[in-house]
Amino acid sequence: MGAGHAHPLHLATASPVHRLAPEVKIAAVLLFTIIVVVTPREKFWAFGGYALLLAVVAVVARVPALWLAKRATIELPFVLLAIALPFAGRGERIDWFGLSLSVDGLHGAWNIFAKGTLGVLASLLLAASTTMRDLILGLDRLRCPTVFTQIATFMLRYLDVLADDARRMRIARLSRGYDPRFLWQVKAFAVSVGALFLRAYERGERVYLAMVSRGYAGRLPQPESGRAPAGQWLAASALPVATAGIALAALWG
Amino acid sequence: MSDGLRVEGLHFAYPDGTPVLHGINLTLAAGERVALLGPNGAGKTTLVLHLNGILHGGPGTIEVAGARVNPSDRAALAEIRRRVGIVFQDPDDQLFMPTVAEDVAFGPQNLGVRGDELTTRVDEALAAVGMSEHRDQVPHHLSFGQRRRVAVATVLAMRPEILVLDEPSSNLDPASRRELAEILEPLPVTVLMVTHDLPYALQLCPRSVIMDAGRIVADGPTPDLLGDEPLLRAHRLELPFGFHPAAR
Repeated sequence: MGAGHAHPLHLATASPVHRLAPEVKIAAVLLFTIIVVVTPREKFWAFGGYALLLAVVAVVARVPALWLAKRATIELPFVLLAIALPFAGRGERIDWFGLSLSVDGLHGAWNIFAKGTLGVLASLLLAASTTMRDLILGLDRLRCPTVFTQIATFMLRYLDVLADDARRMRIARLSRGYDPRFLWQVKAFAVSVGALFLRAYERGERVYLAMVSRGYAGRLPQPESGRAPAGQWLAASALPVATAGIALAALWG
Repeated sequence: MSDGLRVEGLHFAYPDGTPVLHGINLTLAAGERVALLGPNGAGKTTLVLHLNGILHGGPGTIEVAGARVNPSDRAALAEIRRRVGIVFQDPDDQLFMPTVAEDVAFGPQNLGVRGDELTTRVDEALAAVGMSEHRDQVPHHLSFGQRRRVAVATVLAMRPEILVLDEPSSNLDPASRRELAEILEPLPVTVLMVTHDLPYALQLCPRSVIMDAGRIVADGPTPDLLGDEPLLRAHRLELPFGFHPAAR
C-alpha cells in the first residue's frame, strides 16, 4: 500500500528496515529519542554509542551516509543558536585559541548539538524507510487521535493539488511580465496567496459535497487494520533496548 | 417499465431568495440514458444536487426507484445516496483518499461493506473502468482522463441505480473522451448526463432534456432536439462547427 507516496525524504529501496510495519518503527524511534534526550549531557561516550547504533540501522536500511548527511542540514539553523552559547554563557571560563569560552555554555552547545543531531538522524532514517501513507497508517494503529491522522490524510492528498495550483498561478503571473525584485513589489504574490487560500477553501466545500454524496456521515472508514507480527516488534525493539542499555551503563559506569 | 427517477413540481430558491428551479417535472425509466442540456446557470447542477438530497427545502417531490427523497430521514437518505451516484466534474474534488483503491472503497465502506465483499466491489468497479492495474497508485500521479475514470469507479462501487455525470467529457482529450464513452455505454444503470458536449449526448443518450432558467423547455429524442436549430439557439446551445446530427 502507498506505492508512489514518495516524498523527498523517502529512499525507495528494499531492506529489512523498509519491510518493518510502520507502527513498530515509529515506536522504536520515539523511544530512542526519549532515551537520548534524558541522557545527562556529560556522558559523552553514551552519545557515541547512540550514533553507532544509528549507523548500524542506516547500514541495515541501506541508506547511504552522504544521503543522510545532506538531509540532516535541516538542523543547521538550530545548531547556529548553539554556537552562540559558549560565548554568551556565564560561570567558569576557559581559554581556547585566545577565545574565552564558558564551560557551561560549551556543555549547553554540546547538549543541543548531540541530541538534536541524533534525533534528526533517527527521524530521517524513519522517513527514508517509510512512505508518507504508511507513516499515517502507523500513527493510526498506534491509536493517534483520528482527527490528526485524517488531517494528515487530506494534506497528503491535496498538498500536491495545491502545489500545482500555486505553480500554475505563478507561471500565469510570470507570463504577464511579473518579475518582483523588491519587497514592495510582492503585492501580486500576496494577492495570489489569498486567491490560493480561497481556492483551497472552495475546493474543501466541493470535496465535502462529493463525500456526502457517497454516504459520508461524519466518520471516515477505518483502514483495514493488519497488525504487525510480534517478530517485527521484537526486531524493532532492538534499537530502544540497546539505547537503554547504553544509557544505563553510562549512568552507572 | 418502472421509473428509475421521478421528479415532480420541484422548486428551489437559494437562501438569498434567488429562485433557481421553477417546477421541474422529469421522469426517467429504469435503464434509460438521458442527457440534461442547457446553458450555464440554467439550474442543472442545482437539480442534480437535489437528486440525492444534498439540496432541499423547496416544494416538490423526488422518487428514486420508488423511494422518496426525504432529507429529514437520515437512514433513508443513506439508501438514496447509494442509489444515486453522482460523478462530479472535477475528479480532484471526488478523489480525496491517498490511493485509488482506498477511494473506491470509501463509498461502500460508508454503506457498511467490509472484508472480502469490499475487495470484490473495489475490484469490480476498477475493472469496469479499466483501471485495475492502477489500484495502489496516488490519484495525483494519474492522467486527467484516468482520474475521471476512477471517479466513475468510486460511484460504481456503490452499485447505484442511477449514475449522474456532471460534464463527463470536459477537459478530456479525444481519446479519453471516446474511452469514457466506451465505459459508460454498456453500464446497466440509468444515466443522467449533464453536458455541454452535444455530440457526446447524441452518442450516448437516446433522449435529451433541455433546461433553461430553472425550467424544462424541451424533452425528446436527442437527434430531434439537436436537429432543431431555432430551439438550440433560443437556449444558448450550439453544435460544434461542421457537426450535423442528421448526417450521422
